Amino acid sequence: MIIQSVKMAWEAITSNKMRSFLTMLGIIIGVTALVVLVSLVNGATSSITSEVEALGNDMISVNVFDDKGLPLRLEDLNTIAEYESVAKIAPSGSSSAKVKYLNKDMEISLYGTTPAYYNIQGLKLDYGRFLKSADLDNRSYVAVLSHDTAKELFSDTDALGKNITIDGRIFLVVGVLKEDESFMGAFMGSKSIYVPYTVESRMSGIPYIISFNVASTDNTAAESEINSMLLQRFKQDEEAFNVINMSTISSTMDTITGTLTLLLGGIAAISLLVGGIGIMNIMLVSVTERTKEIGIRKAIGAGYGSIMAQFLVEALMLSLLGCTIGLLLSWGLLELATALAGKIKFTMTADVVALAVGFSSAIGLIFGLYPANKAAKKHPIEALRYEG
Amino acid sequence: MTNKNKPIIQMKGISKFYNVGGEEVRALDNASITIYEGEFVAIIGPSGSGKSTLMNIIGCLDVADKGEYLLDGQAIEKYTDSELAKIRNKKIGFIFQSFNLLSRMSTFDNVALPLIYQGMPMHERKQRAMEAIERVALADRAKHKPTELSGGQQQRVAIARALATHPTILLADEPTGNLDSRTGEDIMHLFHELHEAGNTIVLITHSEKIAQQAERRIRIMDGHVEEEPYTFKTEGGII
Repeated sequence: MIIQSVKMAWEAITSNKMRSFLTMLGIIIGVTALVVLVSLVNGATSSITSEVEALGNDMISVNVFDDKGLPLRLEDLNTIAEYESVAKIAPSGSSSAKVKYLNKDMEISLYGTTPAYYNIQGLKLDYGRFLKSADLDNRSYVAVLSHDTAKELFSDTDALGKNITIDGRIFLVVGVLKEDESFMGAFMGSKSIYVPYTVESRMSGIPYIISFNVASTDNTAAESEINSMLLQRFKQDEEAFNVINMSTISSTMDTITGTLTLLLGGIAAISLLVGGIGIMNIMLVSVTERTKEIGIRKAIGAGYGSIMAQFLVEALMLSLLGCTIGLLLSWGLLELATALAGKIKFTMTADVVALAVGFSSAIGLIFGLYPANKAAKKHPIEALRYEG
Repeated sequence: MTNKNKPIIQMKGISKFYNVGGEEVRALDNASITIYEGEFVAIIGPSGSGKSTLMNIIGCLDVADKGEYLLDGQAIEKYTDSELAKIRNKKIGFIFQSFNLLSRMSTFDNVALPLIYQGMPMHERKQRAMEAIERVALADRAKHKPTELSGGQQQRVAIARALATHPTILLADEPTGNLDSRTGEDIMHLFHELHEAGNTIVLITHSEKIAQQAERRIRIMDGHVEEEPYTFKTEGGII
């Protein structure tokens, strides 16, 4: 009986292909919207999440706003570095500066830091070297360029050993970093130059530390230890500084993207609902057109249940066919998005597919119910007499 | 052979009323008829005489307002739609004036449809449907759709569909009404063959010429029926 209902529904759907397609269009668009939007958010989220994780969920970033006349110095960082929960620590003075080489000049972010910064931030050298302790001790005017900076100043030629001018002071280029391929890098811009902390603090006129980064072995412990140390130092003023734990950031981001997924998914679900109304509309027309057929079927012995099943299966099949086409379309669009985005891979997860199929089936059944009931309740004599 | 003298249709005091514009119209008034197994009976009357109402009640498409109707020993009362559908499926083989085939389906699928509603397994269904199609000599048209068949062939498909369930009666409503006279004769010839093979046939018509081909006539006029007497039979012949 089920096989027969499926066969009959298939015949009915294929006998008027254009109309069936138009009926399915609402579901196709709805499913596509649902799957593509949710997959895009998922793809972007997992990409950003992995970036944050690459930056290090173990990273803690500290900013000081008000030092109460007791500014932090490099020696203080050495104290923090002794904590068991702290693996590495590096100051990061930053300012914007103008760099010149021959006739080229550009605006960059200037970071004054120590050798530990290299590992904390997960930087990669292309060639040359990063900062050394001796550079700090000697206040050497040496600079490490980011890939983008080197490319702009030196095109593709070797930058090592060249002299550049940063805010009027001459620096020797000792190293160039690899291209920052991360999503965050692309987002925030990566034109930067790294110089010894001691040099940068002299240039900016800030001879103490206002921000530093920590790589921890246990970031909860490190966060609380640094917090209590700074509280003590800054007279129990919680507003004087802040401690940002990267793992907190990623969990906050999870919440934000979760909400975003729900919101977009909800909007897409509404379009699916509209598609369902389209199915109901056409099914009602179809039931009227096929009154005679219903009468014949009833005369030769189809009961309420048989007619009901026939039209319900037809509605379900329409919505599931629409769903299948929508899924194929989504797959194509996501492949396209992946190709265009380059760095992010968008894929359909099994969850999203299951959601789309489940939702489409429910819509087919719910919106098929009323027309199917209308068909099944027709009186055989009147239905047989109908001449459409 | 069939068991002679066994009543298949027994109607006592059947009445059916319709309400037309606030006025009660008696489509059938106190009709009593009996049709026996293996009979070929014609119900004859002009249009508006109530013969369609009588056919609908015999065919369990409708239920009488008053009176008693036994079909093959079973009382037909105010059953639900689905129960009536089941009775129609098992006991009645309908043949309509306009054939009433499903145009999207092949000959075979049309004939097998009532068997599907019985829930008959595919293997048995195939065999039964093919038997019926062979009975009306359309085996070579089993895969054709109704639009690819002539009127006479379409009516034969409809007869095959009626035969497929091995119904208690064949109920034919003006079966030759949409056919030219030669094709109509062919169809009547097929009815005679089916009758000789033991089928009980009730044929509704307005044509005296067609009605004369039946064994017995039930005349209907303004809701009143008048039945020619039934001749009881023995195995040897007429008593």
